[in-house]
Amino acid sequence: MTYPENFRYTKEHEWVLVEGDTGTIGISFHAQKELGDIVYVDLPKVGATAEKGKTIGSVESVKAVSDIYAPVSGEVTAVNDLLTTSPEKLNEDPHGAAWLFKVKLSAPSEVGELMSAADYAAYAGDE
Amino acid sequence: MVDFGGWDMPVQYSGLIDEHRTVRTAVGLFDVSHMGEIEVRGPEALNLVNYLATNDASKLVVGQAQYSGLLYEHGGFVDDILVHKVAGDHYFLCVNASNQDKDYEHIAAHNKFDCTVENAGGRYAQIAVQGLRGLDTLQKLTELELPAIQYYHFQDGDVSGTAARIARTGYTGEDGFEIYIAPEQAPRIWDDLLVAGEEFGIKPAGLGARNTLRLESKMALYGHEIGASITPWEADLAWIVKLKKGDFIGREALVKQKEAGLTRKLIGFEMTGRGIGRDGYEVHVNGAPAGWVTSGGPAPTLNKNIGLCYLPSEHAEIGRTIQIIVRNQPVEAVTVPTPFYKRAK
Repeated sequence: MTYPENFRYTKEHEWVLVEGDTGTIGISFHAQKELGDIVYVDLPKVGATAEKGKTIGSVESVKAVSDIYAPVSGEVTAVNDLLTTSPEKLNEDPHGAAWLFKVKLSAPSEVGELMSAADYAAYAGDE
Repeated sequence: MVDFGGWDMPVQYSGLIDEHRTVRTAVGLFDVSHMGEIEVRGPEALNLVNYLATNDASKLVVGQAQYSGLLYEHGGFVDDILVHKVAGDHYFLCVNASNQDKDYEHIAAHNKFDCTVENAGGRYAQIAVQGLRGLDTLQKLTELELPAIQYYHFQDGDVSGTAARIARTGYTGEDGFEIYIAPEQAPRIWDDLLVAGEEFGIKPAGLGARNTLRLESKMALYGHEIGASITPWEADLAWIVKLKKGDFIGREALVKQKEAGLTRKLIGFEMTGRGIGRDGYEVHVNGAPAGWVTSGGPAPTLNKNIGLCYLPSEHAEIGRTIQIIVRNQPVEAVTVPTPFYKRAK
């Protein structure tokens, strides 16, 4: 698997793409593969506060529930409605159309603590 | 792979939903070698089986199988089992993997009859061929005439040139077969079955699909719907209890509970709100804690989120709105008739 170079990754298998002061957040290819068929995604509401490392939603496959941890802090500015009607998109396009939510970064320096694509690929171990 | 009672078991191969649908529409292959086997042999084998199991094994003919329960004196489950009558003096029990040793101890401890009890799990591997095309698949590898084996019957014969016990039983709600073979032959027979079933669309299926398939068909799982603190009446398994057959372990407690009336019952539900009720989640009625989910999750055949739960008897009626507590939030569900899924006959 090739992980996008412009993303940063967490040990909990989320990714964040920073553009200006906006962070777009999703789960990694590895995460969706481990979960299996995704059937339900619980996302935060616009206006909610994401706090780095804290639970902000969940992803459910047929067999299990997995928490989503905020990779960075900020106010939630958008959520991906596609996942409400088509949660299976997370299996198909986790690094693209199936992003989870966007935040206005409140502590941009947090991004520097996250893993690069190469480090994450080694960490996930499914290159 | 996950650890399942000391066995490394695949949860899924091609994907849980894909495997589930393959079993419903074609044929799936399950390695269920973890299941335990216990042999009861001797002139009084039937007496022992009928003294320990809730169903009436005296009704079985040679070559017939029966779902039954092993109970404690207090009426709770030791395990749920399949009793196969191999001969008048030989019964073959298929038991749950994690309960095998406990079941054997329980049976051996109560053996006051002229028969022997053997913990035989090590001598058998088990492969389940489940689904509409299970018969066509297995028929290519056996001399036995499979259509002659009726549902919940079995015959001893061969698969791929190896001695096998072939039972028309299963845990998926579909037609199919469970094959008992020598462990050293199992890998080859597994491969042969995959080749034989290729033209019918066979796929290997894991523990994940086994669980969703049995839940849709409302088949009990030990540790979930049944357990040491739950009786067959509560688990909606009255049909495996034959009080009239005579004494058996747990009978007295069951008679008492029947007279006193049940305080809780197992009932099916469907989620109506957004959320998935899962194993162990709390169930509320009118805003107050009332019970718990025994098994719950998405039903791939039905495209609904379903489950089974225990509720106080006064609330255990079809069509009642209940709330499942999903990560601290109540989500609405409604109680529904079961099974959720029934195959066309």
